[in-house]
Parts: sequence; C-alpha cells; structure tokens
Amino acid sequence: MERLGFRYFVMFIVLLAVQVLFLNQIQFSGYINPYIYVLFIMLLPVNMPKYALMLLAFALGISVDIFSNSLGVHSAASVFVAYLRPVIIRVITNREEDLSEYPGLAQTGFQWFLGYAVIMILLHHLALFYLEVFTFANFLNTLYRAILSSVFSFFVIVLSQFIIFRE
Amino acid sequence: MRSLFRLLVKNYPFLLFLFLEVVSVVFIVNYNSFQRSRFLNTSNAVSASLYSSYSAVVQYFGLKKVNRHLMEENSFLRNQLDRYENVLPDSIPGLVPSDSTFHYISARVINNSVNRQQNYITLNRGRKHGVKPDQGIITTTGIVGIITSVSESYSMGLSVLNPRWSVSAKLKKNGYYGSLIWDGKDHKFADLNEIPFHVDVAVGDTIVTSGYSSVFPEGIMVGTVKSFTQPPGENYYVINVALSTDFKSVTWVEVIDGLKSEELEKLKQATLNGEAGI
Repeated sequence: MERLGFRYFVMFIVLLAVQVLFLNQIQFSGYINPYIYVLFIMLLPVNMPKYALMLLAFALGISVDIFSNSLGVHSAASVFVAYLRPVIIRVITNREEDLSEYPGLAQTGFQWFLGYAVIMILLHHLALFYLEVFTFANFLNTLYRAILSSVFSFFVIVLSQFIIFRE
Repeated sequence: MRSLFRLLVKNYPFLLFLFLEVVSVVFIVNYNSFQRSRFLNTSNAVSASLYSSYSAVVQYFGLKKVNRHLMEENSFLRNQLDRYENVLPDSIPGLVPSDSTFHYISARVINNSVNRQQNYITLNRGRKHGVKPDQGIITTTGIVGIITSVSESYSMGLSVLNPRWSVSAKLKKNGYYGSLIWDGKDHKFADLNEIPFHVDVAVGDTIVTSGYSSVFPEGIMVGTVKSFTQPPGENYYVINVALSTDFKSVTWVEVIDGLKSEELEKLKQATLNGEAGI
C-alpha cells in the first residue's frame, strides 16, 4: 500500500511536469494541444472511493491550472471525468470479467483499455475545451479543436502504456 | 430531518462533485480578480522560477533568430540616428527640451502560449525592476501585450492573443483608428474593428498603435492588412490583420514604463468626473 501510494505520487509529479513543461510548450498549428495528465485519473485503483478519486483529480487539475493561467478550467474537467469514471468502468466491463486493481493496458487487455481511454479522454477534452471558451458560440470550431487534441492525447497515452507503464 | 440527513450521506459523491465543480466555475467566472492575485497564476514564486530555469535552457535553441532580429533593429536604429544627425548637424542639444515620456525595461519571456483561447505571457522582471500592472510589452517586431500582475521579481500579462483585451490601433497612412482584438483562432491574425466604410483601406496597409492610451507610445508596429470585408447592414469594416510579431518565437521583450501615464490617467478621471477645466 505504501509503495503504491509513492508510485502514484511520482506519477502525479511526472505527468504534471510533462504536461506543463513539454506538452503545453509545443504548439502545433494553434489547434492541437494534448492533455495527457488525464492518464493519472485513468490509472487510479479501480475500487478507490469516489471522494478520494475526485479530490485527487481536483488537486491535479488545479495544479495544471496554476501553471497555465487558466484557473478552474482543468480542475472542473478533471473532477467531471473523475465523477463519471466508476460509471464508465461499469458500463464497459463484462460481468464475468474480473478487473485487476490497477487499470493499466497490460493488466486489463488491449481492447478494454482502448475503449476506456477513448471515452475518458474525449469526455475530458470536451469538458475542457468548452469550459475554456465558456460559450457555445463557435460550437463546431471548439468541437473540432477538442476532437483533434483528443486524438493526439489518445496516441500519446496509449504509447506511454507501451513504453513506460509496462510492468 | 433524519431521512434528509441520510439522503445527503448516501449521495455524498454527487454533493462533493457539485461542490468541486462550483468551486472551479467560480474560479473561471472570477478570472479577473484571480488573475491579479499573486499566488494562483504563473507569476508566483514556485511556478515562475521553474519556468525561468526551463526557459534558460530552451532559449538557446532560438538564439539564431533572436540575433537576426537584433541585427535588423540595430541597423534600423543606426539609420535613424544617421538621419537625425544629418538634419540637425549643428543644433545645440540643450535647446531642444527632452520630452522622454517612456522608459523601457528589457525582460526575457519565461512562459508563453499561442494555442489557448486566453494566452498569457510571463516575464522574468518584477516589481523590484520597476514593472507595474498596465504597462505595455513590445518586442523588436511589434506589440506583444500588457502587464496584469506583478510579483517581486516576475510579472505576468495578457498577450495580444487574448480576447479579454483589445489594443487601440490605427491605419498608419491616414490615422483612422479602431480597436484590435483577437478572435481566438489563429495566432498569426487578429481583427481591427471600428474603421468606417468611407476610409480608404487597401491590402498591405500598415497598422500601428494609436498612442491614445498611455500603455503604448504612438507608432509601434502592429501588423499589416491581410484582407477586409464590408459586412452588410453594418457601418464598419472587418479588417483581418496579419500580426507583425511572431508570438511563437518571442523571447526578449521590452516593458514600457509610461512615465506620465499616472498623470494622464488622473486627468482622464478628473475630466470624466467633470472636475477639470473651466
């Protein structure tokens, strides 16, 4: 348990650093900005209590916010997906399947993880981009930006599963 | 009462969810006051020093471009100096009263973005170097933004790529002015509004700052007209301006300290309150 806590702590710091020091700085074409810190919320233990899930998501979101001058935007989107996570997991999991505690790609299987990643990333990015503009004017433009960035985040997150979080 | 209490306990995840979301939305809606706060943005000590050491490494990659800009500006200034020397070869400097209203503080950009809806810029100069809120930021190629929040040795501002702020700009050739505002789409372009139809506009015209606010001196480069349309039923052109500053690569900037801006601001207030004159 102690080791697991430490591991999540390291993951929190690393994802935050990668997000604000690397991904927020590469600015493709003004449209794409991947947000991969949502991976932290995805990888928290499956049967973690909901309050801990949301509080951790809020802490991560507000940290990203402070580093990107967008107070409230990332925290709102993170809490949103953290709240929906148990529902999403319940919906995409068969009853016979026995989920392991740690929902990484190697532990849960390729297909399950892809579905999980697509839903979580898409929901997070949609919430994030609409909160950022804070209006439904230019609805399609925002949708386009959200989906484009989601695709990019998705690739980075799945790749990271092959490279770093293997075990 | 007890059943209500039980209901609340049973639904605590939803209540916590609501609470955290409300906190976040309050943050978003009150962006103005938090933006000026010292701790919850990138001008706070922790994030600013982190970005500062980060950019100290990264800026080496852009040195070539920066050098070229400096060379260009050098030659431009040298030409100007030459011209003045030729115009007044034997005038006595003391006879011309110096009217230096602006003072420049050079600073390095330690954090910047172009692809959000609200883009901010963080500089490595702060209160102890004389930076104050509402000062303009320029670079060799044109305007960059305005300072909004200042800490001891760092400061943060809105860049032109932020729709929450607009610049007073004019057409250089005939002096008609309007306000320049970013539409949130492309970091290379912004819109100039409030230019009436009778004004002669052409593609390629130069847009400069008007100097009507005390933030920027007159004549700082903003960009050139890329295209313009006459929307039906309106009285003003919509002019698409290609910005002269490349916001993706801006590294060294100058903060403009308007020495008389306080006086000007006071006069404006007094006029608005009907105290000045007569």
